Amino acid sequence: MFASGNLRSPLGRARGLGSAKEGLHHWWAQRLTSLALIPLTLWFVAGVIHLALGGEPYESFMAWIANPCTATLMILFLGVSFHHAQLGVQVVLEDYVSCHAWRTGLTIVTKFTCYGFATLGIVSTLICCFGG
Amino acid sequence: MANAAKPTIRPLSPHLQVYRLPLAAVLSITHRITGVGLTLGMLVLIWWLTSAAYGPDAYDQAMTYIASPLGLVVLLGFSLALFFHLSNGIRHLLWDAGRNFEIGATKRGNVFVIISTLVLTAAAWLLALV
Repeated sequence: MFASGNLRSPLGRARGLGSAKEGLHHWWAQRLTSLALIPLTLWFVAGVIHLALGGEPYESFMAWIANPCTATLMILFLGVSFHHAQLGVQVVLEDYVSCHAWRTGLTIVTKFTCYGFATLGIVSTLICCFGG
Repeated sequence: MANAAKPTIRPLSPHLQVYRLPLAAVLSITHRITGVGLTLGMLVLIWWLTSAAYGPDAYDQAMTYIASPLGLVVLLGFSLALFFHLSNGIRHLLWDAGRNFEIGATKRGNVFVIISTLVLTAAAWLLALV
């Protein structure tokens, strides 16, 4: 069944569905984003929780977000967490959705949605900083 | 054929529906569930930021929903999920580094993750309300 020195079956070779050689990059990207998210998440919760729960007015939020360091960390948090989220949801879809068409379709929808919302959050942050 | 009548005790396959999951397995699937939940919860953050970009009226309206009882329950769930995913995620990074695979270390890790989730969530809400 297997040619010597080649562990792939003839059917596997004919279909061309071998490793896409991108698994390592996905794995590494998920680990790097999670590492970055440890400090970013702690900063995010510490910064946001007063504004979200303390009944602070609009002006307090605008003064907070307009700080260059706050805006930078918020944009980093949005970009990194949505990147991490779409990598994670992709793995969940690959594990639980067996139909190839559904799996591919949902993965594409996930990636488009995550990057769309990340961009919306980043643009909103910038508008709050520079004035609309 | 002398042994034909002797009953043989074989291990049964641990099927999900008849198998009580060990705590580590419960925490493992919880990591995935909280991950998907947090992805959805991030939409609340985007809504909040976008409302601020639209101006004070939109921001106040969003804050009315966020500060409502239902909003607070969602935020409590989000914070629990966030701190669980953070704590268990750090454990995953240690596993990726090849550490804490022994049964004793894994069991201690289970307890650490649960305590860390509760302590961090309580600390965050105390910080907000003080």
